[in-house]
Amino acid sequence: MPNATLSVAFAGPLITVQDAGRPGNMRFGVSASGPMDRLAFDAANAALGNAAGQSAIEVSLGGVILQCREGDVTVAITGGDFVVAHDGSETRSWTVLTLGKGERLAVRAGRAGSWAYIAFAGTLEATEWLGSRATHSTSGFGGGAVHTGQSLIVSDATTREDRLGDIEPPDFLATGPIRVVTGPQDQHFADDTVAQLLSSTFKITDAYDRMGMRLNGPSLQLNGALSIPSEPIVRGSVQVSGDGVPTVLLADHQTTGGYPKIATVISSDIGRLVQSRAGDTVHFAAISSQQAITEARAFAGRTADYLTHIAVPRGTLEQRLMRENLIHGCIYD
Amino acid sequence: MSDRMQPQFKAIADHALLVTFADEISEAAHAAVIALDHAIANNPPEGMIETVPALVNLLVSFDPILTDHIAIETHVRDCITGLNIRDITGVQRVVKVCYEAPFSPDLEAVSTATGLSRDAVINAHLAGDCHVLMYGFAPGYAYLSGVTPEIQVPRKLAPVRDVPAGSVIIAGPQCLVTTLMMPTGWSIIGRSPTPILTNDPKHPFLFNVGDRVAFERIDTATFDRLTGEAANA
Repeated sequence: MPNATLSVAFAGPLITVQDAGRPGNMRFGVSASGPMDRLAFDAANAALGNAAGQSAIEVSLGGVILQCREGDVTVAITGGDFVVAHDGSETRSWTVLTLGKGERLAVRAGRAGSWAYIAFAGTLEATEWLGSRATHSTSGFGGGAVHTGQSLIVSDATTREDRLGDIEPPDFLATGPIRVVTGPQDQHFADDTVAQLLSSTFKITDAYDRMGMRLNGPSLQLNGALSIPSEPIVRGSVQVSGDGVPTVLLADHQTTGGYPKIATVISSDIGRLVQSRAGDTVHFAAISSQQAITEARAFAGRTADYLTHIAVPRGTLEQRLMRENLIHGCIYD
Repeated sequence: MSDRMQPQFKAIADHALLVTFADEISEAAHAAVIALDHAIANNPPEGMIETVPALVNLLVSFDPILTDHIAIETHVRDCITGLNIRDITGVQRVVKVCYEAPFSPDLEAVSTATGLSRDAVINAHLAGDCHVLMYGFAPGYAYLSGVTPEIQVPRKLAPVRDVPAGSVIIAGPQCLVTTLMMPTGWSIIGRSPTPILTNDPKHPFLFNVGDRVAFERIDTATFDRLTGEAANA
């Protein structure tokens, strides 16, 4: 099958190749990386009928412009509410379109969201490291950052007319406070500090990238000047530095660190947290670890149903017209 | 194992359990972490994704669809029963180090701070009984214990930018061979041509946590030859 060649006419910062990530290497200092918003990434592949976890481009607020030099390829764009400009018309993320030879596709910051995904009907060629093409942003290992001027090759590129059009965005994300399980080092904080974390309003600062998100709010007081032995970190750890400032650690987090962790964001709430932007406010609510498990299972079930639903091709234009004629026929007969 | 080493268990979100053996760093606590890590590797619980050994604790991460904190804790407790901490001896790894200029910009400062000659600092570094404590900070950053007391120096007040990969750096009782160009506040005493990121898919990192590390002094000519060979390989 043919290749499609895309040149990157413009790429903002923090735009990277991502696949499902490389869990299993934290013991060697390697976080799993992968998409910041896993559900939006999965949706982009599902909407094209791709196998789960195929490499895609993660687009930051900086935006990206791709120019198709060779071949045609259908792409899915998901995540947040980004502006998608293609072939003279503008739409929003959560759409599938075909990028033809000579056409430009721009994905740029829209009304909401921090991360969008461009998945391809084909295989995005990228360097593999430890069995994954996900980019670890601080080292650059894996697929790597996408730069202005670079060429991207999509091998086995296909067009999928039966998948064009809008993708239903997920409607089952929780709303309200970001849910955490407190600890594991909550004992290192003054008595009322955990209560303060749960009752205060925090603002997301500009210090927000794939490693973490620093928050601005009341100072979270440590229980004396404690330095704890370096301990493992996970995606979602809320660590508090010596000056009382909390940071939520994200996809490319360090794997160990000596700052106490006051709480950990549950996995199903990380996607909606990362789609917030600098200046947005965040509230936290505590749930038990058992509730967190229940929530993870419910979220996984809803996610699987949703991905199955959007993976069904809607048919070619001809098939869609036929179907509508038949329905009309039933009504009028 | 003794009661003193009975760990604490803490649930982390919906996907991990932290098993902590002590509040303070000690050889006994780290030995318990390594022994438990090996025991779990030999008998992993259903639904486990990975374990992460650190200084005083072990993280066990899992798939919440397949298991939960309670099942993992029960399994880990079974592994701890009958754990023989002295069973584990890590593999000995050799790391070659060139201590000559321009690879050792802080050797003079360490020499001044410790009152030792440059060669005495180097010999003290070579004499260290080093173990891999844990990885962290960045891919392949292995924290080694065992820097001898006479050359233990504190971190610098401000980090230095763009320190090249392969730098051999020390702070307090710890030593590290860097794998990326990164800032560091540790003292740079040499450069190693020994790759920590091996590029071998079956064994991508030189060390496992718990391995012993011996440093071997090389001159600049040997360093150049070895890095040249690595570049051509």
